[in-house]
Amino acid sequence: MKRRTNAVVAMALAAAMTISLAGCQGGGGASSAAATSLSGEAAESQSSQAEENTASSQSESEGKVLNIWCWNDEFQSRFNDYYPDVQTVAKDKSTTTLKDGTTVKWTINPNKGNNYQDKLDQALFRQESAAADDKIDIFLIEADYALKYVNSDFTLNVKKDIGLTDDDLSQQYKYTQDIATDSNGALKAVTWQATPGLFAYRRSIAKKILGTYDPSKVQEQLSSWEKFGSVAAKMHSSGYKMLSGFDDSYRVFSNNVSAPWASGTTVTVDPNIMKWVKQTKEFTEKGYNNKTTLWDDKWSADQGPSSKVFGFFYSTWGINFTLEGNSLKTPVSEGGKEQKGNGIYGDWAVCAGPQSYYWGGTWICGCKGSDNIGTIRKVMKSLTCDKDIASKITKDTQDYCNNKAAMDEIASSDYKSDFLGGQNHIKLFAEVAPKINLKNTSTYDQGCNEEFQAAFHDYFNGTVDLAGAKKNFEKSIKEKYPDLTEVKWPS
Amino acid sequence: MKIHSGTARSKKKGISYAKWGYIFLLPFFVVFVIFQLIPLISTVYYSFFQYFRKGLQIVGPNFIGMQNYAKLFATDLPKYFQNTLLLWVVGFIPQIFFSLLLAAWFTSSRLHLRGQRFFKTVIYMPNLIMAAAFSMLFFALFSDNGPVNGTLISMGLIKQPIRFLASVSGTRGLIAFMNFMMWFGNTTILLMAAIMGINPCLFEAAQIDGASGNQMFWHITMPLIRPIMAYVLITSLIGGLQMFDVPQILTDGTGSPDRTSMTMVMYINNHMFSKNYGMAGATSTVLFILCAILCLLVYFVMTKGSRDQEVS
Repeated sequence: MKRRTNAVVAMALAAAMTISLAGCQGGGGASSAAATSLSGEAAESQSSQAEENTASSQSESEGKVLNIWCWNDEFQSRFNDYYPDVQTVAKDKSTTTLKDGTTVKWTINPNKGNNYQDKLDQALFRQESAAADDKIDIFLIEADYALKYVNSDFTLNVKKDIGLTDDDLSQQYKYTQDIATDSNGALKAVTWQATPGLFAYRRSIAKKILGTYDPSKVQEQLSSWEKFGSVAAKMHSSGYKMLSGFDDSYRVFSNNVSAPWASGTTVTVDPNIMKWVKQTKEFTEKGYNNKTTLWDDKWSADQGPSSKVFGFFYSTWGINFTLEGNSLKTPVSEGGKEQKGNGIYGDWAVCAGPQSYYWGGTWICGCKGSDNIGTIRKVMKSLTCDKDIASKITKDTQDYCNNKAAMDEIASSDYKSDFLGGQNHIKLFAEVAPKINLKNTSTYDQGCNEEFQAAFHDYFNGTVDLAGAKKNFEKSIKEKYPDLTEVKWPS
Repeated sequence: MKIHSGTARSKKKGISYAKWGYIFLLPFFVVFVIFQLIPLISTVYYSFFQYFRKGLQIVGPNFIGMQNYAKLFATDLPKYFQNTLLLWVVGFIPQIFFSLLLAAWFTSSRLHLRGQRFFKTVIYMPNLIMAAAFSMLFFALFSDNGPVNGTLISMGLIKQPIRFLASVSGTRGLIAFMNFMMWFGNTTILLMAAIMGINPCLFEAAQIDGASGNQMFWHITMPLIRPIMAYVLITSLIGGLQMFDVPQILTDGTGSPDRTSMTMVMYINNHMFSKNYGMAGATSTVLFILCAILCLLVYFVMTKGSRDQEVS
């Protein structure tokens, strides 16, 4: 009897071990955000909707599930708030139900460390064999790696496959289409936002040190890098910092390069990027910055009420998505209001800064193999081509939309941003947006930008010399991209 | 329980239960072969291939012989190996010191410490936290405007925040400290088990002969726990050579400053950005060989005495 009990126990243990080991293998891949369960409320309304709509022609030919892949909730909230066909949103936001009964499933994988792209690539390679309702229908991409997907077969042609017309797309900024156009001239992605960059500064500090907070007068004093440097010296002598950290001015330099990062197997470091190195080293040594790095907690704190930092280079989304939240004393999540008196809300203003640039931006791609082409067309058309929706998004959220007519209208109106002390920043954006040039992009931009900044942080911190930092950049870029074999530095 | 169904089985000359042993071992070997052995072999196999992704394009696999290895030895591989060993040694020395001390105290019949269970639980606690979470915690604690700097400044000990993660010794020190914190409890428990396995008569006899606590420790405890020490050292060495999550999270994968905290496995991970199975495989193979050599070395040195005895 005893022997049998032992056998049973041993079997159970062995089975448990097998299962737990197998569990370890599979655990990492599953995406936590790809929740499939609907909250009760949404599920109910979905089924009732489906019944009502069985007769409608569109829902018959289209798949019942629209899978959207992205890396944060920015597009998700735009979609839920502004896409006209939204019926209900699940309580945990994992799904959205459309009026025709289609369920939108959100798969959100954070961007950090290439995580989003890794997961997306895996799913794309599986796309062909996936069941119709599991196939990706829409995925989002960023400017830094847009070409990787634009030049692939996984993205649908916006005009030929999805069916948007030139007329629909006529009000979009040209640069937003340039970057999403593949080597054969086909448009593969569209965006609802344009992302021209500006210099956001503190009104109170400007008044104290420069004698004025008027954006046009402050702009006069910051219109070139030399002037920028001398203002930095003034700030320093009064105990203020010009910039928060090393990376703040990076995009302004890296967007004004004369050639793409890489061509063939060679990486060419542009002289303008070396100017960033020179300026940042100087600023660091003289104490003009706070030695922070992008997105670290001190950098965020530098945008808050107790900060002594004069300004930040930010593009459109940065103002409403990042700066505004950081400037509050009591965050919204703790019951704070987005209004004057809470932290330094209202103490900010924007000006064009020394050079025009852009930063970031999110593009919408239709994915090959999708069975929801009609819905994709409708999503793209309403969110990226519709003037009224664009105008509404900008007025509600201060984001800058990809619709010239709508933006010009707001620019010339009496629109003002309370957060920016009553300034009409759309007017400034509208002036700089047409100047954006996205000719010099390559598929390697993300890796090159990230590794370049990381390698030179050590140089700014004084742990390596210039030659050492250059070597470290060469090493990491060759690790990241095995097909790049040579790095050329400007003489 | 006696065997009473003898007639049927007696033809087979008694009953062999050995097959049950093999059957129960089977699940382990199936799992081992699928999840360990096959990946291991394919790692070595792919190390001879050019095989990576270029954007969404898959390059290879093309057989290129030893080219990956040639490329690998032209890089800073020795430096990353040194980093790894250094980080391990700096963490392991305090780890073994405190573990021995605590194990000796907890098992000492003279001291007879109270609240042992409580202390044992507490010192084991850091090991229960995920290394990544622990590393994240230290990243926040020791950041430029983190609580550690905040406390030091408000106590008036420093005026400017110490930038721990921008200095070589700061970063390496924190990594070693975290590894020490995470593993000294585990080692203490192992060593305690070893010490408690020693026949108490030996201690009593020594005590009667007038040996001091110190003498007993060095002449009785230490020699007798040597096999367990060898085990601790080897497992810790393997763990140390595979050090990844703590420095990866703390330095955001860069091994900064100046790649001085880049470990071997972090270097392998760098190659996975482009899914470069060739180079990653070659590095893994080299790490495997180095690991095997070091472990054999440690094993033979540590167990020399006891093996000599067995032979004689």
